[in-house]
Amino acid sequence: MPADGSGPVRGRAAGRPDYQRLIEPARVHGSLYTDPRVFADELARIWYRTWVFVGHASEVAKPGDYIRTSVGLQDVIMTRGADGEVHLLLNRCAHRGNLVCEAQRGNAKSFRCPYHGWTYRNTGELIGFPFNQGYGGKGTIEAELSLARFPRVAQHQGFVFGSLAADGPDLAEHLGEAAGELDRLARLSPEGTVELTAGWLRHRTRANWKLLAENETDGYHPQFVHGSIFSVTGSPIGALYSDKSAAVTRSLGSGHSENDLRPEFRKAAEPMRWFGTTAERVPDYVAAMRAAHGAAAGQILIEGAPHVMIFPNLFVAEIQVFVIQPLSAVECIQHSTAVQLAGAPELNRRMVSQSVGSVGPAGMLLADDTEMYERNQRGVAMLAPEWLDLRRGLARERTDERGLRVGGATDETGMRGFWQHYLRLMEAA
Amino acid sequence: MTSLDAMTGPEARLRQVEQFIYREARLADEHDYDAWEALWTDDALYWVPAGGDLTAPAGRMSVIYDNRSRISTRLAQLRTGRRHAQDPPSQLRRVISNIEITGEQDADILAAANFILAESRERGVELWAGRVIYRLRQAGDGLLLMAGKQVLLVNRDQPLPTLAFLI
Repeated sequence: MPADGSGPVRGRAAGRPDYQRLIEPARVHGSLYTDPRVFADELARIWYRTWVFVGHASEVAKPGDYIRTSVGLQDVIMTRGADGEVHLLLNRCAHRGNLVCEAQRGNAKSFRCPYHGWTYRNTGELIGFPFNQGYGGKGTIEAELSLARFPRVAQHQGFVFGSLAADGPDLAEHLGEAAGELDRLARLSPEGTVELTAGWLRHRTRANWKLLAENETDGYHPQFVHGSIFSVTGSPIGALYSDKSAAVTRSLGSGHSENDLRPEFRKAAEPMRWFGTTAERVPDYVAAMRAAHGAAAGQILIEGAPHVMIFPNLFVAEIQVFVIQPLSAVECIQHSTAVQLAGAPELNRRMVSQSVGSVGPAGMLLADDTEMYERNQRGVAMLAPEWLDLRRGLARERTDERGLRVGGATDETGMRGFWQHYLRLMEAA
Repeated sequence: MTSLDAMTGPEARLRQVEQFIYREARLADEHDYDAWEALWTDDALYWVPAGGDLTAPAGRMSVIYDNRSRISTRLAQLRTGRRHAQDPPSQLRRVISNIEITGEQDADILAAANFILAESRERGVELWAGRVIYRLRQAGDGLLLMAGKQVLLVNRDQPLPTLAFLI
């Protein structure tokens, strides 16, 4: 073994955790949530390799629009170029490494680094560097010194994903069965278009990002964590996540998962029940949907919106979208916003109002989830029993007609799928 | 509570506004939900904006944007004792200063102040700070009620930790 300790131990560098040992089919080791080495591996093997959600096309609607966003620990600028295309750039000047963009959003054809005035087009190319005789004049260093661009950028229903790896499965392959859930969301717009234009809340959370990802389709917790708000508002949501519920938890492959509530909504067969209202109370929306979808509108309005976690960081919870941004093994940021549907102003107002009440730092739902994440983080640092148990519903899990694993409404099928995919990525060559 | 009867002039009004603001702060600090709720008018708006954008709040995400009905829901959730993010309740003390009457709107008094608030939980101590803009209304019995409270956190454009107490 080399003196620097980098030699192979069972095919891995010394010091790398043994993920085969830490991740079993029905339990995972607590150190996965606390070990900084695991976090470093995740940055390299997940956040800087696979497809990661970075923003929505509607956030950069016009040429020149840009927002600052992130992938893992990377500060990313998402821009729309004069060509109409969405570009993902790393926010780092090629000269001395300064941030070239300070504003959170805006419209600009170019970014000028404040340090020495180097200027880049909003597609990344270096187009100016002051006192250029110091470099032998114009046309000398431009080709070599541009902003770093994501090698791969792709969209589905306007959701923009980036991969920092040049090669790998394409976005369609990565999304797999989860793509259909984003399609289902878009179908709820009379114009077939989702927009994320209501602004984002950002919630600092002292917990490992995976506790959030696992919780997003955990149908076991709502009655306990959210019992206070369900009891006060008389919400029927709790019953959807009970032993008697016909809803299912489905592992969609590639680490994605969903709580499929449609079996319950189909039983009730009431349009707009998924939104906690009736067709009579949103007549303009229902009319627009019937005009757009004809006879199919009835079923669409009964079945409602998806509840899907897209690995590793995008979660659509019916009328809200969440994004998980990891900061370290023990801290992350939750971003949340209301879904907005093009052509549905009546619904959009209500979705913002409901979301403001539910999510973010003061949200009547999410603040309690976050309290659980933070207590959970302290718990997993305890020495024993060492493992987190994932066996719930294993014995009653089945494979559906699409070949996907399906469990009951409160089963841990989604988490098991998450970890299976996680293990594959962490062990990949 | 101070009665209007004994007071006249702008100095007296400022004193009355100050006393209202101090009391509102104390009730929030001490989680006296019933007394705090009784300060609100029926057309109440309790607004904690997020980010720098203060336009069109109805179509934008806010940290809190509660009308009277939602204030009631928020307090009812706290009273269950099962609002985990406030179980146990945060230990709170805020200092309010720079109180000014800034104007009038439809006979309501507009006032503003700055605050610093220490919040202690098992998680640690959070320091909150910002500007509060009040819309206060004379009730028939000479007392003040609160029709609007807008809390502009200094760090509202940054990620915020859980904010489950009454700010």
